[in-house]
Amino acid sequence: MRCPMLVAGLMLTGAPALAQAPALTVYTYDSFVSEWGPGPQVKTAFEEICDCTLNLVGAGDGAALLARVQLEGARSQADVVLGLDTNLTAAAAETGLFAPHGVSAEFDLPVEWDDPLFVPFDWGYFAFVHDRDLAEVPGSFEDLIASDLQIVIQDPRSSTPGLGLLMWVKAAYGDRAAEIWQGLAPRILTVTPGWSEAYGLFLNGEADMVLSYTTSPAYHTIAEDDDSKTAAIFAEGHYLQVEVAGKLAAAPQPELADQFLEFMTTDAFQSILPETNWMYPAVMPANGIDPRFDDLPRPETALLLPAEEAAELRAAALAEWLGALSR
Amino acid sequence: MAGRAEPLGPAVWAGTAVAAVLLALTLGSLGAVAWNAGATAGLGAADWAAIRFTVVQALVSALLSVMLALPVARALARRRFPGRGLLITLLGAPFLLPTLVAVLGLVAVFGRNGVVNGWLAAAGLHPVQIYGPQGVILAHVFFNMPLATRLILQGWLAIPAERFRLAASLGFGPRDLFRQIELPMLREVVPGAFLVILLICLTSFAVALTLGGGPRATTVELAIYQAFRFDFDLGRAARLALVQFVLCAVAAAVTLQVPVPGAFGGGLDRAVRRWDARRLGLLDAGVLALATAFLLVPLLMVVLAGLPRVWALPAPVWQAAWHSVQVALGSAVLTLGFALALGLAVLRMRGPLAQGLETTGMLSLAASPLVIGTGLFLIVYPVMDPARAALPVTALVNAAMALPFALRAILPALRQVDRDYGRLASSLGMAGWTRLRLVILPRLRRPLGFSGGLAAALSMGDLGVIVLFAETGNQTLPMQLQRLMGAYRMGEAMGAAVLLLGLSLLAFWAFDRWGRRAAA
Amino acid sequence: MLQLEDLELRQGGFALRANLAVPAGTRTAIIGPSGAGKSTLLSAVAGFHDPDRGRVLWQGQDLTPLPPGQRPLSILFQDNNLFPHLTVAQNVGLGLRPDLRLSRQQRADVEAALDRVGLAGLGPRRPAALSGGQQSRVALARVLLRKRPLLLLDEPFAALGPALKAEMLGLVGSIANGSGLTVLMVTHDPADARRLCDLALLVEGGQAHPPQPTEALFADPPEALRRYLGT
Repeated sequence: MRCPMLVAGLMLTGAPALAQAPALTVYTYDSFVSEWGPGPQVKTAFEEICDCTLNLVGAGDGAALLARVQLEGARSQADVVLGLDTNLTAAAAETGLFAPHGVSAEFDLPVEWDDPLFVPFDWGYFAFVHDRDLAEVPGSFEDLIASDLQIVIQDPRSSTPGLGLLMWVKAAYGDRAAEIWQGLAPRILTVTPGWSEAYGLFLNGEADMVLSYTTSPAYHTIAEDDDSKTAAIFAEGHYLQVEVAGKLAAAPQPELADQFLEFMTTDAFQSILPETNWMYPAVMPANGIDPRFDDLPRPETALLLPAEEAAELRAAALAEWLGALSR
Repeated sequence: MAGRAEPLGPAVWAGTAVAAVLLALTLGSLGAVAWNAGATAGLGAADWAAIRFTVVQALVSALLSVMLALPVARALARRRFPGRGLLITLLGAPFLLPTLVAVLGLVAVFGRNGVVNGWLAAAGLHPVQIYGPQGVILAHVFFNMPLATRLILQGWLAIPAERFRLAASLGFGPRDLFRQIELPMLREVVPGAFLVILLICLTSFAVALTLGGGPRATTVELAIYQAFRFDFDLGRAARLALVQFVLCAVAAAVTLQVPVPGAFGGGLDRAVRRWDARRLGLLDAGVLALATAFLLVPLLMVVLAGLPRVWALPAPVWQAAWHSVQVALGSAVLTLGFALALGLAVLRMRGPLAQGLETTGMLSLAASPLVIGTGLFLIVYPVMDPARAALPVTALVNAAMALPFALRAILPALRQVDRDYGRLASSLGMAGWTRLRLVILPRLRRPLGFSGGLAAALSMGDLGVIVLFAETGNQTLPMQLQRLMGAYRMGEAMGAAVLLLGLSLLAFWAFDRWGRRAAA
Repeated sequence: MLQLEDLELRQGGFALRANLAVPAGTRTAIIGPSGAGKSTLLSAVAGFHDPDRGRVLWQGQDLTPLPPGQRPLSILFQDNNLFPHLTVAQNVGLGLRPDLRLSRQQRADVEAALDRVGLAGLGPRRPAALSGGQQSRVALARVLLRKRPLLLLDEPFAALGPALKAEMLGLVGSIANGSGLTVLMVTHDPADARRLCDLALLVEGGQAHPPQPTEALFADPPEALRRYLGT
């Protein structure tokens, strides 16, 4: 009787020692770590090569992620923050909490990438998703304004797609942005706090179109074998969302963090993303991705404001948005 | 009673400790946020617009909730029919609902593609628009009309049967009856119900988000959320939270001037025999049918959409459901402990001190869950890993949120026990733990069961603090529901919503039934 | 001997004074018009009403600082003498231990007490399953077990019919005799006072008068009592 107790005791005290294989802590958004996101596969793949434990910590959505890092400040236990987008990188850089990455890779992005602090891992075009049988599909914002369609968008103050749309209109129309928003106002059914509420309303048939990504229809085609959704292509061009990760300057495990950022650009990581995050990989895997991604509509023009410019424009663009929609 | 002969005792200490915890949770967390704030700009025009909208929508929502509840409560008070008890329980369901689920149901009924607009289109009529300020108000009425009905029904049933008999013998018609008997009761009950609902609507958050239609429908709580998320402006968040506190304090100060209805956990299964209402049967039946449709059809829509998916839900959802059940039980136990400790202390103390304790118990009605969450995070973070505290902290905050309702149910019952059996217990030398175990707890089973159920159900659907604290491995069911939606899986999300709805109602039913099974 | 020493009790704008002694082992009726303060006087003895002046003494011991449960007395109220959620046996057992942790011997004592008041075998029932008279008997069984020298009765049998009331008073009398109790009983019925009590104490006009032999008092009632009795 006494012996098993002793063994159990040893195992109990031994457990922390075993866990002392180094642990890398990555803060990311909630849907990344969820059972249906890339998280579980990424964890398995990285732990195979790193001889460490990968802790993926979900902290709300993309916007909340930066708030969380700021709340914790330099005391943060996180090594890597994964899931900011280009509209947030300037604000993130300004916190001084991030360190240069030193990763170089052949990125398959529609734009040049030379940010010293953040490594891109996937990207997509913002777009309005609709049912294929929608009678008159608008070909531009001005078409949309002239139509009698109802759209659902996200609040730029609480969601990254919402902020993306704000920048999209700004990048496409510059000084005319306020006018476009005033035109759009009657077309907007409601503004939701996050992507999921908006997309849910759309799927319930509440709206004709929803702000999402050109890659969203791929989910329905590949996972549900449902070909009824597609994205409208606008003549003004489409704003890009590039999702990035960065290493914290105060990372407790800086080497592992570097290794993870490097791993992010490899096939092992990149091939997971398309069918879990439903975005384009930042580095095309050698074996390519599901060919049905090729059938997705592809914009002619990619729009992306440089991070600093986006940060400078943000307050004014938000004021225009508030002004137009508050009437 | 023999106040000076008995020592203050542990009840007062426990009550004071609970009050201290509540103060730390509400004002302390606000302080922590303000303390960590840097330089900040004052409140802008958008903030003032949010404050205005918050007050206006709360006033309208509370007014409508109470006005619509009046005929329903009257019909329930004067009708006896099979299934009446069940109907009263079911009509209470929306108040217990997770907002997330309720919004899905409301949209299925009143949305552009909803049932109502389907009928209107078939009849060639203009569609109704749910999105916008009216959507916020509709949702608030949906949530709070059941509460108003319960509070007012309680008032109706508190009118002694003898008074109706006397009225019948004097040949009162319905109008005389209303003027002489019902109006004075309503004058006492309605202001209290109105103010409780006003407080709830003043701090509303999730509802306004999806149905609000746009930035016009920004509430203060939403502005606090955006101050955190978008600008990471802790100072502005703290300032807005203070504004919210002041708004609620003003409303609460008015509350203390009017009597707030007492034990809404009490017996509702008694219909008063009335002699005037024979001809009004059709009217009452119509009112009840309408209220039932308004409150239950949205629930039905959620159930219809999600029920077939429940059995196929993946393992992580069930695991999250298990976490939620644990949190809900923990929250219920904490709520009851807090309410009892505070109630006993209030009973033992006199004057302003007792009043102060009681007010502390109501404080969380005025607090912003978001500020509490962030404040706690700032307090907990330097000491320990927030993820390890996620479930206990969630249970604690949920308990504080449910406490005002529990206190309202338990305190009057506690006073009644003291009035009826206090002297007997004292004369037999029953004090302290013995008195609690043998006299107070058995006599309080009904309000305890009701409050425990309410706390468990409210906690089950809560998606507040947990978001900041949780990480992989300790999600709750509402979080998992959110994640399913975030992964395009709307079908499974509806299944999870039905599971959540079922668990919330089951938790309430189980506690409430335990309370009702009390003999004598 | 129970002494009320320069006692003054205030309630609202009303004051009651008492300076009297009740000999041990006697049975005293407290009579007087309603609102005169009969129950208030009893409350002060039981410890529910703190006196504004004066003391209550039993056999020379000052009771005033003691909480109700520690005073050498049992009391029966007008109603709520039993806890409806406890069984009959538990209600009686409270007389032995307020926390109900009863030994086997004590449980046997409870049974014996129930037997003594004619309720053998009814221990497991709830009070609601008993008649009014039986409920009074349960309360009296508890008085038996408490073994306190003083018994205060605040009209506990007022709701019973005449025959039943007489029966209960008889039971109180035999219990008082058997245990040597000193009884104080509030009543407004002279017949009750005559049936049970050798002494009677008149409360009227803000004053509790010293007890006198019941028969003598009723035979030659003072003016105030005469007005009350309507004779």
